Amino acid sequence: MSFIAKPKITHPGLPRNEIGLTVRDYEGSMSTLCAGCGHDSVSSAIMQAYFELSIEPHRVAKVSGIGCSSKTPTYFLGGAHGFNSVHGRMPSIATGANAANRELQYIGVSGDGDSLSIGLGQFAHAIRRNVNMIYMLENNGVYGLTKGQFSASADKGSKAKKGAANAYSPIDPVLLAISLGCTFVARSFSGDKDQLVPLIKSAISHSGFALLDVISPCVTFNDHEGSTKSYAHTREHMRETVFADYIGAHEEILTRVEPGEARQVTMHDGSRVSFRHVDESYDPTDRIAAISYIEKHRAEGAVVTGLLYVEESSEDMHSTLGSAPQAMSDIPYQKLNPGADALKKIQSRWK
Amino acid sequence: MKSTNPLDPDHYHRVVDCQWGCPAHTDVPKYIRQIAQGDFTAAYLENRKSNVFPGVLGRVCDRPCEPACRRGRLDESPVAICRLKRVAADLSDDIRDKLPPKGPANGKRIACVGAGCASLTVANDLLPLGYDITIFEKHDKPGGLMRTNIPSFRLPEEVLDNEIDLIVERGVDLRLNSPIDSMQTLLDEGYDAVFVGTGAPRGKDLNLPGRHDTDRIHIGIDWLESVAFDHIDTIGENVLIIGVGNTAMDCCRSSLRLGGKNVSVIARKPRGWFKASDWELEDAEEENVDILINHSPKAFIVEDGVLKGMTFDKLHYDISDTGELSRPEVIEEIFLPCDDVILAIGQENSFPWIERDLGMSFDEWDTPTVDKVTHAAEIPGVFFGGDSAFGPKNIIWAVEHGHQAAISIHKHCSGEDVSDRPPTAMNLLSTKMGIHEWSYSNDFDDAERRQMQHVELTQRFKDIRIEVELGFDAEQTAREVERCLNCDVQTVFAESLCIECDACMDVCPVYCLTITEDAEEDVLRQQLRAPADNKEQVLYVSGALPQTGKVMVKDENLCIHCGLCAERCPTGAWDMRKSQLLVPYANDEAAEARKKTA
Repeated sequence: MSFIAKPKITHPGLPRNEIGLTVRDYEGSMSTLCAGCGHDSVSSAIMQAYFELSIEPHRVAKVSGIGCSSKTPTYFLGGAHGFNSVHGRMPSIATGANAANRELQYIGVSGDGDSLSIGLGQFAHAIRRNVNMIYMLENNGVYGLTKGQFSASADKGSKAKKGAANAYSPIDPVLLAISLGCTFVARSFSGDKDQLVPLIKSAISHSGFALLDVISPCVTFNDHEGSTKSYAHTREHMRETVFADYIGAHEEILTRVEPGEARQVTMHDGSRVSFRHVDESYDPTDRIAAISYIEKHRAEGAVVTGLLYVEESSEDMHSTLGSAPQAMSDIPYQKLNPGADALKKIQSRWK
Repeated sequence: MKSTNPLDPDHYHRVVDCQWGCPAHTDVPKYIRQIAQGDFTAAYLENRKSNVFPGVLGRVCDRPCEPACRRGRLDESPVAICRLKRVAADLSDDIRDKLPPKGPANGKRIACVGAGCASLTVANDLLPLGYDITIFEKHDKPGGLMRTNIPSFRLPEEVLDNEIDLIVERGVDLRLNSPIDSMQTLLDEGYDAVFVGTGAPRGKDLNLPGRHDTDRIHIGIDWLESVAFDHIDTIGENVLIIGVGNTAMDCCRSSLRLGGKNVSVIARKPRGWFKASDWELEDAEEENVDILINHSPKAFIVEDGVLKGMTFDKLHYDISDTGELSRPEVIEEIFLPCDDVILAIGQENSFPWIERDLGMSFDEWDTPTVDKVTHAAEIPGVFFGGDSAFGPKNIIWAVEHGHQAAISIHKHCSGEDVSDRPPTAMNLLSTKMGIHEWSYSNDFDDAERRQMQHVELTQRFKDIRIEVELGFDAEQTAREVERCLNCDVQTVFAESLCIECDACMDVCPVYCLTITEDAEEDVLRQQLRAPADNKEQVLYVSGALPQTGKVMVKDENLCIHCGLCAERCPTGAWDMRKSQLLVPYANDEAAEARKKTA
């Protein structure tokens, strides 16, 4: 942890977005994570994505649980709303907050421990409800805060820092999410912002639950030889299946995407995601094919990355529930809380 | 592009903009840190090593370091480097016992002509080597243009005297009132080397009608000299200064102190084309000097031997989109009344005392042919420095000329090839003190530049010897030193250790780091995270990184040397290392010799 705060001074030529902000206006406090932590790089990609989409920080709500990853919302979008909940309970908080104010954009940040052990049930049900949020799973295969024990996402046979091999099979959040009916599933790597930033932008524009499983190496406890979640191992075994380019609703398609090669999916807000197929045979809208493709490559030791599954016509929690079209905070109090007499009237119907 | 070779001393030297911009390569960040630590004596000595006259230069230097200062590109005002130099000089202890004494006589005799900054520097550098040095000075006091052309309200006499004494009292044979009127005679005296540091002593004249009909038209530098030696102590109430360089500023402000009431400076061109330094213009305008632009002198109006005024053509210029002036167009003729006129339109070389049959050639401005590097004239053993070598420049250039000439003289007297110059070297030493602790103040201080306090306008005209600038007080000094970005503490990168976690790129407040595919420089400059449009500033490009084969690129332009890249680096691939430029001086050899005998 540095003793000085990041100086406010910046490059006078730094680009500004449509609302006149620079990427530095999307910063939070100085990170207290270990130097070189993948999570800091993910935070930086998140700032870049919100900056590029010209989203005002105060229109965003950040939620998290417990763990190294769950500390990170403090380190980005200082102007956003935030709630740091108990271990594994972030999805409930996000669901409740989203139910109350559907007009904010929600980003939940969690880790492999928070999501796949103590919070697995919460994680599954947020997917099932299709809460409109980004679920950023910063996945490093270890419990960093408690000194590097294997987590539920650690690969079988993967070595701990002192050499012990992991005896258990991992839970793959991507496969789990697809099988639970998640409508936007991507995997990326903290050390590849060229891939990660467009994926976050696409996830922001997706209406429904968007899971981003990001391999984010623990530089202190899981970046050694024998680890399957180190910087070097991930770079070596990463297999980019689909490259997703985010295209804003009003942007022209970049010329580098050749027509015929690229396939487009239109998102809820009119923006588009253009896929550049690295592997021609892959179809990110075919759920069954996606599962078998990911399983097959996992068996070969490859880490499949990119936007792996997306459902264009996704119906989020509010459409399913038919809830009010506006945020509850915008509904007059009298209407939201009609009082004891109204409650009695309703209760009398079931007497 | 080709990866950077950090072993080339020029690479990191260029990052230290102030030092790169200084002709004498003063280690500015180092002495600013010494001031910050309250070690004013060390700061003074650090200055003196390269610029010899810190007390003088801390007041009147042309400050090429300040426009170069990185801080000026970040928040528009550079560090007040010159002011801090004065702080070191004002608060330093007596350093007499810290200077090397005159070395054991080596039997060689050197003659220096003119006791200005160039000759004094030559003497300073050669004394410890045991040379027998004689300086010939035409005036009754040493100092050259530092004494004659800089008024004492800017440079008090005692400051100048003290710094000259530090050289002379160590054993220089200073002969005052001893003008040299023949180079031939001097050469015949059998000196082992002759150094000419006579300045550019002739002020330009303006031969317009009426020029010689009155004695109230003065040549600027001659007039300043007469003021300096108390030969002149009054001037008329209405004074016109022709020219708008730094000499004009000294003339107008001196006039105000000798009885001038309405003093106007006349410029031929618009503002922006003035030769005077901005801060000298500001100081003159603070004293209510009028600066009249676009006036071209036409005639001096003298009636019955009395100067009445001058006529001018009022000019009009168009300024093109590229900022160039059109040819002027005369709008009208204007008459301005005055009692005195001072001509400050430049100065030139003059060597009436050098016979033209000695084998030296002179160009049309009477400047001799002198080697730019060695300062050697066409006669072996004769060297030139200061304004006399290449025409009018400034003190700090003259000092650097003195250092270079001293090296040449020593080589010449040792029978070595003068063109074989000693190399400049660079030391890099880590500043790491703990996990996130450095041996320099790495936090960015957003303080604005401190403003110099001046003597009240009502007080300062009472005596020409009242120094106008009061110097920085303790609070000002304490804030100003923190504005320095420590550009000599370099970000040194070891590519073999990099795991490409992006932590350094993410934390850099000024976005100067990028990991990217290698490309040609022009392309590379465009693919960095923030535009790298300042091509004066170098890029650092690493070799291929171990994991992806990409390169680490650093745009040095706006780096604030906060060290956060090194703090956030998990593998120590970045380190903050202090670079120290090892500038060669003639007396390095004496230092080595002293070490051996110690």
